[in-house]
Amino acid sequence: MRRLLRGAFVIARRDFSATVLSKTFLFFLLGPLFPLLFGGIFSGIGANVANQRDKPVVAVLATEPDFARLSTARDRLAEAIDEPRLIRLVRYAPEGDFVAQQKRLLATKDPPIQAVLTGVPSNPHLTGAVHPEGTTARQLQLLLADANVSPSQSPPVTVTETDTTSGSLSKDRAVTAQIGQTTMFFLTLLLSTMLLSQLVEEKSNKIIEVVAAAIPIESLFVGKLFAMLAASILGLLVWTAAGAAVIASLKQGGLATLPPPALGWPVFLTMSVIYFAMNYLLLGAVFLTIGAQASTVREVQTLSMPVTFAQVLIFGFAATTIGSPNSGAGLAAAIFPLSSPLAMVARAAQQPDLWPHVAAIGWQMLWVALILQLGAKLFRKTVLKSGPSTRWWRLRRA
Amino acid sequence: MLHQVHHNSMAGEAAVEAIDLVKDFGATRAVDGVSLSVPSGSIYGLLGPNGAGKTTMLRMLLGIIDPSSGTRRVLGRERPLDAAEEVGYLPEERGLYPAMHARDAIAFMGALRGLPLREARRRAEVLLKEHGLGDWARKPIRTLSKGMAQTVQLLGTIIHKPRLIVLDEPFSGLDAINQARLEERIRQEAQDGATVIFSTHVIAHAERLCERIAIVANGKVAFEGRVDDARARLRPIVRLRTRASEGAWRSAIPSDAREEGGYFVFELPASGPEPLLRALLDGGAGIEALAIERPGLHDAFVAIAGESAAAAMAEQEPGQ
Repeated sequence: MRRLLRGAFVIARRDFSATVLSKTFLFFLLGPLFPLLFGGIFSGIGANVANQRDKPVVAVLATEPDFARLSTARDRLAEAIDEPRLIRLVRYAPEGDFVAQQKRLLATKDPPIQAVLTGVPSNPHLTGAVHPEGTTARQLQLLLADANVSPSQSPPVTVTETDTTSGSLSKDRAVTAQIGQTTMFFLTLLLSTMLLSQLVEEKSNKIIEVVAAAIPIESLFVGKLFAMLAASILGLLVWTAAGAAVIASLKQGGLATLPPPALGWPVFLTMSVIYFAMNYLLLGAVFLTIGAQASTVREVQTLSMPVTFAQVLIFGFAATTIGSPNSGAGLAAAIFPLSSPLAMVARAAQQPDLWPHVAAIGWQMLWVALILQLGAKLFRKTVLKSGPSTRWWRLRRA
Repeated sequence: MLHQVHHNSMAGEAAVEAIDLVKDFGATRAVDGVSLSVPSGSIYGLLGPNGAGKTTMLRMLLGIIDPSSGTRRVLGRERPLDAAEEVGYLPEERGLYPAMHARDAIAFMGALRGLPLREARRRAEVLLKEHGLGDWARKPIRTLSKGMAQTVQLLGTIIHKPRLIVLDEPFSGLDAINQARLEERIRQEAQDGATVIFSTHVIAHAERLCERIAIVANGKVAFEGRVDDARARLRPIVRLRTRASEGAWRSAIPSDAREEGGYFVFELPASGPEPLLRALLDGGAGIEALAIERPGLHDAFVAIAGESAAAAMAEQEPGQ
């Protein structure tokens, strides 16, 4: 064991230095910025397009005072709900030929008119491409009702504030669980391709012979895995600090305003780091094993896509935990080794019990050891071509 | 000055022993029942053409791969990796991290063998200076010439002062000057108490360096023992030129003697040189030239491994 750990340390130190001290590590640190940047740009464009497309414009044929009451009612409603979701109102002074004006307005393209409202306030009538039970008609119903009632006839609702209710707590924790799980998934996704190619360098540079003659192959696997874990935790610290700074600057109250997890923030954050490490180690051990079979970068690239899809599947399976961690699927996701860390981090956000986490971490560590051992044996067998000839299903005895 | 001294040399004991080692790669038997014993403190050569199974044998002895059957013992340990900290290995296919500095590459190999990194770096600096590469210590491997990189790898092989040094085709790719330097280094390591095993397909290196050899052909050890014993398997060769062409002295010449450029060439008879000389002198042969040559390792190799193996070796060693 001492030799195994010493060898792993030598490999890990070399790999960590080679990774962190390279110029490309800066790009690794900047990696999460790109999806955020593109996400921001495309969601902005999408929202803009959606606004343009979805927001109906209703032409109101009314006098100025009547339209003013309707417009004030709209402003009041806009304070309560999302403004972009409200219909837009544009006033037109009524003309003599009422039918011709209505027809002309419905053909207007700037602004594009969805419907024409007449008879405000006493006998409202809507003409246009609208459904009687649709959003536009219902919103107009509300606005007209509000416009016809004076503020004194509508007493304000008094509010007594409490910290949480069962409904809000459950919803908030599900949000926290989802954020935790998604963040962990994306971070691990970023690292998987790097792990696939970890042994290609040694194999292509023929260093593998020197290493295999000096330390157990298990040391090589463990060293590489932990070097990448250390590098990724370094990245995680940078990203977390940057994320916290962004949240603090954008949202008043900073991190404290985020939905509180069931285990509390300190334990939840600790668990998140542990589960990130376990998720990384489990998937990393599998990917390292798969990647070790590849001899060239081309082979690694070929392996990348199925590996990414496999990760997405595992993520989808683990997502069943959110909202129902004690369901059959939720428990299965917590037990299945490769989805267990993702499922358990969601559980940490939703359930206050600590003991399942102790059991899960032990279970996950056991699987990391098993996969690493299998990976090393497979490597010795198939790459170094070591040992007596056996079928692959008998490898455990090799 | 770093003086490489190896401790605890087990004089008289076998540093490496192999008993009936077999290695199959699928249906191909690469090594077939190899047994050998390498005395501690000796320089031992594995001699054979490429593809004879030398590298596979070394990889098994080092524990890089396990044999299909048979046993091995390295520095008294059943599992070769248990002796890894006392073993240095230079593989046939040289490998270094291209971005690593020369000093760090040597230190890394030392650290793999159990040296603390600080000490490994210190020794690496000293070794590089001793080998004229002091100015290259902080340069990336990719900027070094092939010869320099090979020297760096060799230094990484011996940085931890191993008791057993295993070199797989160490002379391949080196120019004549560097080959001579490497030979000197091997002698020095052996003088300091290390056991050196090297494989080669160049008979001259083995002849100059080795006390003991194993001649390997087709995965089998055709001969294992002292170089002198290999030569002794052949009788000395007599090359004789006479003035007279006929006479009673002709009865002293073996019937299978051949004529080459006016010389009789034949193996010295088992009775030795004196009866032959007496017959030549008494019979009036008129000796113009007479040479009794001790057979070289090449002749012994041909006799032991066969003409085909010798021809394969000759093809692989142009200019060496």
